[in-house]
Amino acid sequence: MSTRLPSVLVVDENAVRAAIIEAGLREAGHENVTIVADVRGIAGEIAILEPDVIVIGLENPNRDMLENVFQLSRAVKRPIAMFVDRSDRDSMEAAINAGVSAYVVDGLKRERVKPILDMAISRFNAYSRLERELEDARGALQSRKIIDRAKGFLMRSRGLSEDAAYALLRKTAMNQNRKIGEVAESLVLAAEMLGDRDGSND
Amino acid sequence: MAATTDIFAGFIPLTDSAILVAARECGFAEEERIALSLIRETSWANIRDRIAIGHFQAAHMLAPMPIAAALGLTPLSQAVLAPMALGLGGNAVTVSLALFDEMQAVNPVDMLDPASSGAALRELVRQRRDTGRPRLRFGVVHPHSGHNFELRYWLASSGIRPDEDVEIVIAPPPFMPDVLAAGRVDGYCVGEPWNSVAVASGAGRIATVKSAIWNSSPEKVLGVHADWAGRNPEALARLIRALYRAAQWCSTRENHAALAHILARPDYLDQPASLVIKAIDGSILGGRGARSGIAFFEPFAGAATFPWQSHALWFYSQMVRWGQVAHTPANAEAARLCFRPDIYRAALTPLGGALPGANAKVEGALKQPSPVGATAGSLVLAADGFFDGAVFDPDRLDDYIATQMPLRTPSA
Repeated sequence: MSTRLPSVLVVDENAVRAAIIEAGLREAGHENVTIVADVRGIAGEIAILEPDVIVIGLENPNRDMLENVFQLSRAVKRPIAMFVDRSDRDSMEAAINAGVSAYVVDGLKRERVKPILDMAISRFNAYSRLERELEDARGALQSRKIIDRAKGFLMRSRGLSEDAAYALLRKTAMNQNRKIGEVAESLVLAAEMLGDRDGSND
Repeated sequence: MAATTDIFAGFIPLTDSAILVAARECGFAEEERIALSLIRETSWANIRDRIAIGHFQAAHMLAPMPIAAALGLTPLSQAVLAPMALGLGGNAVTVSLALFDEMQAVNPVDMLDPASSGAALRELVRQRRDTGRPRLRFGVVHPHSGHNFELRYWLASSGIRPDEDVEIVIAPPPFMPDVLAAGRVDGYCVGEPWNSVAVASGAGRIATVKSAIWNSSPEKVLGVHADWAGRNPEALARLIRALYRAAQWCSTRENHAALAHILARPDYLDQPASLVIKAIDGSILGGRGARSGIAFFEPFAGAATFPWQSHALWFYSQMVRWGQVAHTPANAEAARLCFRPDIYRAALTPLGGALPGANAKVEGALKQPSPVGATAGSLVLAADGFFDGAVFDPDRLDDYIATQMPLRTPSA
C-alpha cells in the first residue's frame, strides 16, 4: 500500500470552496478526501481518519486550536509539521499568499505532498478570483442603481428626458475625468442633503 | 536617512493592541518616519506565519510565542525577537453564571482575591469528582500564552491540577463569549474586551484577573523577525521610540476616552467604546484597583514596556512545568535571549527617559511600589506580587522549577 495516495482532510467552513478543492483532488486521483466544516470535535475526527495531510484556510480562526490538537497528538506518535519542508520557502509563500495552510504528517515524502499543496493553492486562488469577480459584479449592479437614481433626480429637477439626463451625467464625468458612477453618487448624495425625496430608500 | 519606512504589523483584536494602534492613529509612528500599517488577524498562527515569510515586519504577540519558536515547539519555528513589551496585565478569568453562582455558594467571589475564588473552585472540582460529574472545562487562547500559564498557576496554587482535575481547551479570543454562552466551556482566561463582552451580554461573570494572580505581569510583546531586526536596526529603533511614546499617551488618563473610541472602531476591536474603556481606565475592577495597588492593564508606567529577561525565564519555567519542553541550560538560555533589553535601551536612551539598568529582576518580591536602578532620572516599579506569595528568582531557576513540580499532585 506504499503507493496509496495520501489521505487528505480539508477543514473549511466555506462549503463552495471546500467542494472546489475536493473536486480537484478527486480529479487528481485522491479518493481519500474528507471535508470538515465544523471544527468542534475535530480531535476525534483526526484520530479516526488519521489524515496524512490537513488543509485549512488562513481565515479560519481555529488554527491555534488545531495546532494544539497536533501538539497533544505527539503523545500518540503522530507528529505533524507544517508543509513538506521548511526550507521550501516558495511553496510556503505561495500558500500563505493564497490564504491556505497545510499540515503534513512527519516523514511523508515531499513529492507525494507537493501536488496536494499545489492543488490547494491553485484552487484557493481560483476561489478568490471568483469572489473578486462576484464583488465586482455586485459593485457594477450597485452603480447602475445609483445612476438610475441620479437620472431620476435630473429628470425631476431639470425636466430632462431620461436620455438627456444620462447624457448630462456622462458629459460631466468626461469633463471631470471621473467614472459616471462616481458622478451619479455625488449627485445622489447632494440631492439627499438638499432634501430631494424620490421615494426610494436603497 | 529622511526616507519613510513601511512597516506592516499584525494584531489580534484585543485591548492590549492599544500601543500599536495609538502609534498609528495618533501620529507617533509618522513622527518617526514610519508608515505603520496594521493588519487584523484571526489567529496567532497566522501572525507567526506571516512574520516568517516577511508579510509582517512586526506583530502584537503573546509573550511566550517567540520563546516557543526559539525552542522549536511550533511549526515554522523562526527566530523572533521581543525587543519591547506592550504593557502589563490586561487579562481576566470569566466563568459562566452557573459556575459563578456555585463558587459564590462556597466563598464570596472577589475578583481581587484569587486565593478565595481558587479555594471555592477547588471545592467544586472535588464535588464534581466525587459525584462523577464531568470535569470543568476552561478556554485559553493558545498553549503558549500568558493566559494558559496564569490560569494554570492560579489553579495549581489553589490545589487544582490543570491537566487532571479540569480540562483546558483552545479558542480564539473574539469567540470566547459565544463559546461560553453556548455552554462549551465553563470559563475562560482571555484579554479584554472579551471578558467585559460576556459580562455585558449576561453570559458570564469575572472570577479573577491576571493582575491579581500576578501583579504587574507580562502579557504581549512586540515580536519582530530576527533577520529583519538585524538588517534594519535603525528602523526598529524608530519603531520602538514611536511605540514608547504611544504607550505614554495610552497611559495618560486624559486620553483614555479617546483611546477607547479609536479601539472601538470596526477595523480594530469592533466593540462598543463603553466596553473597551473598562480595561483602559481600570473600571473593570469596579473602582477598587487603585486602593488595592492593582492596575488591571498598564501600558507604560513602571517600565511596563521593558522586555525583562526574568519574564522570559518565568514563561520558560511554566513551559517546563506543564511538560511543553524539557529543562536544559541551553533551552533556558535560548528562552532568555528572545527578550532583548539591549535593543530597547539602545533605541530609547536618546529620549533621556528613565530605563531599568538591569536586564532581569526577582519577580514577586515587590510588595509595594519601589524605586530601582535606572539609566537616567528615577524609576519606580509597581508592586509585582504573586497571589500565593511565591517569588521567582531567575538566578535560581532550577530551584524554582523543582519546587513547582510537587504542585502537580492534588492537595484537594
